Amino acid sequence: MGIEYIYPEFEVVRNADRCIKCGVCQRQCANEVHKLDEDLNVMLSDEAKCVNCQRCVALCPTRALKIVKSDCRLRENANWSDSTIKEVYKQASSGAVLLSSMGNPNPLPVYWDRILINASQVTNPPIDPLREPMETAVFLGKKPEKIQRDENGKIKCELAPQIKLPVPIMFSAMSYGSISYNAHESLARAARELGICYNTGEGGLHKDFYEYGPNTIVQVASGRFGVHENYLNAGAAIEIKMGQGAKPGIGGHLPGAKIVGDVSKTRMIPEGSDAISPAPHHDIYSIEDLRQLVFSLKEATNYKKPIIVKVAAVHNIAAIASGIARSGADIIAIDGFRGGTGAAPTRIRDNVGIPIELALASVDQRLRDEGIRNNVSLVVGGSIRCASDVVKAIALGADACYIATSALLALGCHLCRTCQTGKCNWGIATQRPELVKRLNPDIGYQRLVNLVTAWQHEIKELMGAMGINSIEALKGNRLMLRGVNMTEKELEIFNISHAGE
Amino acid sequence: MKRVFVNEKWCLGCHLCEYNCAFANSGLDNMAKALKDKKIYPRIRIEGDENINYAVSCRHCTDPMCVKSCITGALSIEDGVITISQDKCVGCLTCILVCPYGCISQNENSVAQKCELCLKNSAGEPACVKGCPNNAIVYEER
Repeated sequence: MGIEYIYPEFEVVRNADRCIKCGVCQRQCANEVHKLDEDLNVMLSDEAKCVNCQRCVALCPTRALKIVKSDCRLRENANWSDSTIKEVYKQASSGAVLLSSMGNPNPLPVYWDRILINASQVTNPPIDPLREPMETAVFLGKKPEKIQRDENGKIKCELAPQIKLPVPIMFSAMSYGSISYNAHESLARAARELGICYNTGEGGLHKDFYEYGPNTIVQVASGRFGVHENYLNAGAAIEIKMGQGAKPGIGGHLPGAKIVGDVSKTRMIPEGSDAISPAPHHDIYSIEDLRQLVFSLKEATNYKKPIIVKVAAVHNIAAIASGIARSGADIIAIDGFRGGTGAAPTRIRDNVGIPIELALASVDQRLRDEGIRNNVSLVVGGSIRCASDVVKAIALGADACYIATSALLALGCHLCRTCQTGKCNWGIATQRPELVKRLNPDIGYQRLVNLVTAWQHEIKELMGAMGINSIEALKGNRLMLRGVNMTEKELEIFNISHAGE
Repeated sequence: MKRVFVNEKWCLGCHLCEYNCAFANSGLDNMAKALKDKKIYPRIRIEGDENINYAVSCRHCTDPMCVKSCITGALSIEDGVITISQDKCVGCLTCILVCPYGCISQNENSVAQKCELCLKNSAGEPACVKGCPNNAIVYEER
């Protein structure tokens, strides 16, 4: 009350003519917004607790509910926005760093939407993917620089270890702890069915999921949680996480409250202890140090697993990627500034890092210019939202894309961006058993399979329209792209022409 | 024969099945019209506590005690589905006493009622199954 009071962000609108007081909203809201008042015989709502996750809206059998943005606003001010002022109020009250979840929601440029894809007309035939074969498979890993032959003139076929993906999409890193067991199971099962990979994140690999090893990328992050020999050998590849798009330069902090039961066992840390991932890897201060870790991991896995180095897209990303490409890593994963997170300081999430589109364009160009593009495959993530984003990323030079926010949306996430509270009503970003079970992996995995299958169809359609029948022929094919609403400088970085040219 | 099965592991205790059941058997086309400000008499009920919930409805036994015990012949088996002719029921409640699963209940007129797999109403398929948000209730052959 008084000076501390902030008017609620949302309003719960209940259509009294429709509400049958079944109480589903009350039982399903972990934030305890809804309550049946037995004396008045009406459902009451405390909108101050509402995070607009839409769980009640989605489950109300008579569609009696909607959540709307409150129109109680502070006096309009183009400089001091409503949210900026309220953040000041919150900090004046708490003295604390503001926390946020999921990706940067601010209206910063989305370059995917300023890039347009070509299509064949008249002089070069488009291809109908329903009638003709279309190849969307990609191989991730180091590629030979040139064809080598043995003394008999036969081509030497030994390749560095590769990951084969039937479609250039993988589920990116989300740790067990930040997301629930059932979310992980959904991802693992979907990855196996699709023949792609999901990623453990830095939380280790639950013992139940070792069976999905061939479709798992195991991550080694600065906290080294859950890392042991069997873990490293369990997956299809190992990812060294240097940075994350949502919070470049920042470590991680999973509160002790979430380190319970299997999460504690899987992370190999005591129950109730905070899982703190340092901002740096304390043994990596140079490319040479990174090379040591890359080769330590290769030694530990007998040179059978490709090593991925994941970095956040930051200002000197091209130079950083050039260093990584020389470190012995097989794959570079770059995470753009719109990538999601289970919790990050708001100021970091919203202000640090650069768009993945620009990072990708400059990294691919730099590696080509230096003649080391074959050393590594490029995987990009950080808000790949749809199949056309994938196609544009491939044409800009990516070998594959990481998706996570879209995968969580398929699992029921409504992007309320309050993962940090641990009360996810959709059973994703929570460890509370009664909430975790709201995500039935039988449903979840099928929806993920549907999503990626649908995107694969769309990728084929887009390729066919361009007259391309193999995704390899699209890779780095920037002639297929044109820019709109871009400055000369932006076009120069993308190395694409403006639409109409 | 397809039956309704419940999987307590995925039951959230949301009670939607009860309301979908009551609506499906109301004969009305709008849920608010059918159920608003009324006490509901669903043929499926959620039991449990804070830790576990599960839906209870007729299992359509192959050798049903209720049919054997019915004194008026109101309960019978039609193609494996145990159905009730409420016109014949005199409300003696013997079936409720003998059902080992507690699946039979009384309706608002004190007559016995039970799940008939939505075969006799307009839902066409068990409404509890169709409306379950987490696949905790399934309609399948086992």
